[in-house]
Amino acid sequence: MAEAKVIPFDDDRARKPRRRGAAAGRKRAVAPQAPEVSVVPAQGSEPEPAAVPEADAAGVPEEPVAGETPAVEPGLVERVLGGDWDRRIAGGLSFLRRRLAGEYEVDEFGYDRELTDQVLTPMLRPLYEKYFRVEVRGVENIPAEGGALVVSNHSGTLPWDGLMLQVAVHDKHPAGRTLRLLAADLVFALPVVNELARKAGHTLACAEDAQRLLEQGEVVGVMPEGFKGLGKPFSERYKLQRFGRGGFVSTAMRAGVPIVPCSVVGAEEIYPMIGNAKTVARLLGFPYFPVTPTFPWLGPLGAVPLPTKWVIQFGEPIRTDGYPADAAEDPMLMFNLTDQVRETIQHTLYKLLVQRRSVFF
Amino acid sequence: MGKTVLVTGVARQLGGRLVRRIQREPGVARVVGVDAAEPEHELGGADFVRADIRHPTIGRVLVENDVDTVVHLDVTGTPLSPRGSRAGVKETNVIGTMQLLGACQKAPSVRRLVVKSSTNVYGSASRDPAVFTETTQAKALARGGFAKDTVEVENYVRGFARRRPDVAVTVLRFANILGPRADTPLAEYFSLPVLPTVLGYDPRLQFVHEDDVLGVLLLAAAEGCGDGTFNIAGDGVLLLSQAARRLGRPTVPVLLPAVRWVGSALRSVGMTDFSPEQIRLLTHGRVVETTRMREVLGFTPGYTTAETFADFAVSRGPGLLPPESVGRVIDAAAARLGVTGVTDVGAVKERVHHG
Repeated sequence: MAEAKVIPFDDDRARKPRRRGAAAGRKRAVAPQAPEVSVVPAQGSEPEPAAVPEADAAGVPEEPVAGETPAVEPGLVERVLGGDWDRRIAGGLSFLRRRLAGEYEVDEFGYDRELTDQVLTPMLRPLYEKYFRVEVRGVENIPAEGGALVVSNHSGTLPWDGLMLQVAVHDKHPAGRTLRLLAADLVFALPVVNELARKAGHTLACAEDAQRLLEQGEVVGVMPEGFKGLGKPFSERYKLQRFGRGGFVSTAMRAGVPIVPCSVVGAEEIYPMIGNAKTVARLLGFPYFPVTPTFPWLGPLGAVPLPTKWVIQFGEPIRTDGYPADAAEDPMLMFNLTDQVRETIQHTLYKLLVQRRSVFF
Repeated sequence: MGKTVLVTGVARQLGGRLVRRIQREPGVARVVGVDAAEPEHELGGADFVRADIRHPTIGRVLVENDVDTVVHLDVTGTPLSPRGSRAGVKETNVIGTMQLLGACQKAPSVRRLVVKSSTNVYGSASRDPAVFTETTQAKALARGGFAKDTVEVENYVRGFARRRPDVAVTVLRFANILGPRADTPLAEYFSLPVLPTVLGYDPRLQFVHEDDVLGVLLLAAAEGCGDGTFNIAGDGVLLLSQAARRLGRPTVPVLLPAVRWVGSALRSVGMTDFSPEQIRLLTHGRVVETTRMREVLGFTPGYTTAETFADFAVSRGPGLLPPESVGRVIDAAAARLGVTGVTDVGAVKERVHHG
């Protein structure tokens, strides 16, 4: 009896009489997991808990008996909002169904592609398209397949630039590639943030993780300036800080993948950092505690970034595969390549700044 | 002439299964099971010797039986009986291993040593790389608990391997063992009706099926198998939230400091082991690489992490929120709204696969 309620609703069968085979297929699918299915009343966390017992009692049509096949009326949603909404809600519910049953895959880094593409990226997209109006140039410099290391400048007090970079690569790259960002260890020590970062495909900025991702043919994004770039005062905007110890170059070289320099303009001005409350930062365990014209004076309102206009420019890839086998162990070569990448990004930044009409337009 | 295999820790479910199974292996003539407690299960045709591996008597057992393969399974995180103390377990793990290895060193007949270890040796911290290989050094050294035991056990085993280079030593670092019969702390945790989780963290977990544990132990105890240290885990990763949903058990996120109180409260009523390292695992998770297991040891697990968990979930029966009911609720809501196409083919296929 309970199984009669598990009837598939399929797009192309919407207006045709419901077929028996489809219902059987669905039953077969559910049966092995729980042979003793019983309708459990909805728990508190369920969506629309009130609608459930009602729907169970009257809403769902019984399995059709042979000879008597009722034609399906256009649904409530379809009548009120039209066919497009019908599909959207169906998609959403089907997504919800999969999520609540745990039927999705994550990779070994915890990257949840489905959640990222269907929830996290759409949440960032308005910010990307409407708020910062990000203009992307040269995204085709990221290869369509195989590993690549995108090296970018880092700025803006909070790492919005990384997130925008991720949306940019996802939305603008012709092959729809996914940028896997390397994040500071602080990200993975913070509750909630670490969970979202892992699900969005980020991982810890360490050579092991970077190399593993590159060898799997992923596009990895790294900001070698780290907190030095992110938390630099407003007066030093667009001046690249030291590029770590250049570990990213040797990692790219070991994996034999190209380095794609990337310059982000606009992120520096979202929170003009005029001061740094070092004592507060030390108390909280953060690398810096920003003081901007609005933060912390206006409280949470001060955390709203300024609506600057952004340009993200991807440069020509720098190849790393033409070197001898032990080149990754050569410190001089590493320093030279690091400098080359850094100079490229710095020059591109200056060029973009000269072209820029205004910070906000 | 066949081999004589000595297995420690046979009073536990895993040791008992191994003893029963290894007797049927070709080339195995005799099996000697050792434990400090009388096993409640059958050991088949194996000889049971009641001996505490913390005492030097174990040396006599080795010599008298002319043992050539030692499978050391008595490295465990929790006491056998609910009344046992953690200190006793630690002593069996550490002192027991020392005594056993000392006895092995003195026994010229021993040719092969297999030690059950755990991926606990890597710890769990936010600063760790996402995936551990056998050579990864733990960022945060284990301060206590089972993790520290395993680190010490492995140290003694390394020392033994140096002193007896003629003995093939295999250390198997098992991920969380699950299965219908598993009695590991994580299995107990997943049997709670409501799962307390750490607020704001969703750890990545990896499981190995108890049948695969048995399989790899048999392989490692056999002649001519590669020696060294190996991570043993099923393919793939499950997030804790995902696991709870597949199991149909609701989760209650608890603030990290409060988790310890909840843990000690649960422990005091004897429901589950909520040791600090268990909490760390449920905070940061742990994933290991298994390339060496496949390529050097030549073992392919029969169950992936997801399949292991599915098998475990079936054995525990439906939780408070079975995924099927949740699905039906959504279907009902869809029917109510009159939308179509909710049950997509992909999800159905996947369900068939998991079932």
